[in-house]
Amino acid sequence: MTALGKLFRTTTFKLTLVYLTVFALFAAFLLGYFALNTRRLITEQITDTVNAEITGLSEQYRQGGIRRLVVVVDARARRPGSSLYIVTTFAGEALAGNVTALEPGILDNPGWTETVYRRLDEAEGPEHPEHQALVRVFQLPGGFRLLVGRDLDERERLYHIILGAGRWSIAIVIVLGLAGGLFVTRRVLRRVDAMTETTRTIMAGDLGERLPVAGTGDELDRLAENLNIMLERIEALMRGLKEVSDNIAHDLKTPLTRLRNRSEQALRTANSQAEYRAAIEATIEESDSLIATFNALLMIARAESGQARDDMSEFDAAEIAHDVGELYEPLAEEKGITLKVEADTAAPVKGNRELVSQALANLVDNAIKYAEPHDKPVNGVAPEIVVRALNEGDRILLTVADSGPGIPESDRTRVVERFVRLEQSRSKPGSGLGLSLASAVARLHGGELTLEDNHPGLKSVIALPRGGPVQMRDEAARQKESRR
Amino acid sequence: MRLLVIEDDRDAADYLVKAFREVGHIADAAHDGEDGLAMALEGQYDVLVVDRMLPKRDGLSLIGTLRAKGIETPALILSALGQVDDRVKGLRAGGDDYLPKPYSFSELLARVEVLARRRGGRNEETMLHVGDLELDRLSHQVRRGAEEISLQPREFRLLEYLMKHAGQVVTRTMLLENVWDYHFDPQTNVIDVHISRLRSKIDKGFSQPLLHTVRGAGYMIRDGAR
Repeated sequence: MTALGKLFRTTTFKLTLVYLTVFALFAAFLLGYFALNTRRLITEQITDTVNAEITGLSEQYRQGGIRRLVVVVDARARRPGSSLYIVTTFAGEALAGNVTALEPGILDNPGWTETVYRRLDEAEGPEHPEHQALVRVFQLPGGFRLLVGRDLDERERLYHIILGAGRWSIAIVIVLGLAGGLFVTRRVLRRVDAMTETTRTIMAGDLGERLPVAGTGDELDRLAENLNIMLERIEALMRGLKEVSDNIAHDLKTPLTRLRNRSEQALRTANSQAEYRAAIEATIEESDSLIATFNALLMIARAESGQARDDMSEFDAAEIAHDVGELYEPLAEEKGITLKVEADTAAPVKGNRELVSQALANLVDNAIKYAEPHDKPVNGVAPEIVVRALNEGDRILLTVADSGPGIPESDRTRVVERFVRLEQSRSKPGSGLGLSLASAVARLHGGELTLEDNHPGLKSVIALPRGGPVQMRDEAARQKESRR
Repeated sequence: MRLLVIEDDRDAADYLVKAFREVGHIADAAHDGEDGLAMALEGQYDVLVVDRMLPKRDGLSLIGTLRAKGIETPALILSALGQVDDRVKGLRAGGDDYLPKPYSFSELLARVEVLARRRGGRNEETMLHVGDLELDRLSHQVRRGAEEISLQPREFRLLEYLMKHAGQVVTRTMLLENVWDYHFDPQTNVIDVHISRLRSKIDKGFSQPLLHTVRGAGYMIRDGAR
């Protein structure tokens, strides 16, 4: 496709053509209307003047007879100008006037006619062409006929000037329109080409590339901005995917190796049935924890990909706090920890009930796990975990506060990542996915998981927007709208 | 109990059939949806174990067809898809239980036995008895012998579920699903603690324990005297 062909094919150019046609037609209509009306107006003026003159002349005739009329007409006919006069006998013989070469038969029909003529003082020949005139023939009493008329040259000239102006302006509209259209089209085309170029690079695999934004805030900019946001999201997802596969490779391979080694060792060294049995039981246990890790990873991936947005419904976070608290209370008690739930007011929120429950369960589970060493009251007070559901503005908060060792501030962002377990907790059971899942769930709902200092201990906070993630999207759109 | 295993992975199907036979059940296997449907239509089975993804006809449509023909044989769906919405889809299609792969055989067996028993219609009884333990589902009263036992609401539901399936193994996941309505795996085994608490209320001070732990599988409530 040639560059010009490409230009002509663009939407902008096609739009230009449509507008051009519309404007040209409009200009033609306007000027045509103007020309016709001007012509009509002049014609009216002529007829009015001619009528008045005929009335005057027939008055002269009534008062002074044909002689007086001839004198008056003769006098008027000699004046230069565009007025035409003839007075004839009933036989058609001219008595006075300044016109000749009328079309035959004109004088026989009383009334209005347009005709060609030549003034008497002009010689016949090409240098004096025949003129156009509007005339009225009037039958005088006594068989005389009076013709009064006006030259139409003036009218035709004006008419043609207007028509000419019309043609020119249409031509100018078309030329300017085409030029403007081509200019705009080329500009747009250049930007679209730049975008296409970037898209190609991205398709070729460079996800870090972003579409150019001109900064004018026009529709192309908005398109580019939105596409960039989309790319950002895709890149994040791809990164997440890569991370997941890296982590799966790393953290599932380790227990798999252990599993394999254990089986091999059993094959090599076990002698009694009891030994085989023990080895197999250990293998099953190991594979169960592998499955749990795998499920947690899938759950996180699912939460992060946003799939779970489909099963969101309205539920009460306070109820979840009570339910989860109730589920873990015996476990806490067994470890000498007091688990309290403070959630007396309803905290309605839209979300995935199951996932939010699991996120909160993970936080409580962590709190119990790390509140150890158990049975050792700190300052005479038994370790305590408080689960709260709070309303805060347009968000609800689910918090779990413990009095355990807490997490150093420098490590707080890191522990939310997958499989990150601090050195101090290596000895504790668990996949290291609890916090990452809670964080993924919070993000799925358009909220966040934060870890704070509880002086002493850790306070984990899941903040969720009351209306679910959709409201957050609308919010973002509104903010963007108000910025513009 | 007669079981039909509809599973296209022949190894898995053989393993299940063998395992079911070992514990005393009669089990057949079908390896695709059409065969499975034809066999299930004969109506000779107590429970169907149906893999969700099958050649020729998928598991959900198989169950849907059976239900449309008025065959109400309980069906347990096995699936590699373990998410809550997949479970809901499976149950909506007419399945009676849903177990994500990979599963342990003891879990599957416990669920299949509960399904088979469900046909007996024990669900509707208002008074449940196990030995001298008595649970009134209407007044929410529990007594053992002459002694009244006071339970928290959740403990009551836990005991109710166990007693409804008295003499059957009930796994931890089944309890979590049916008593707490959670379909996820809590990292620590919280169920055990709830059970031991319940046990201390109903068994403590009595010479005959009723609530038993089944190693490697779950729990069972039964009259030990039998």
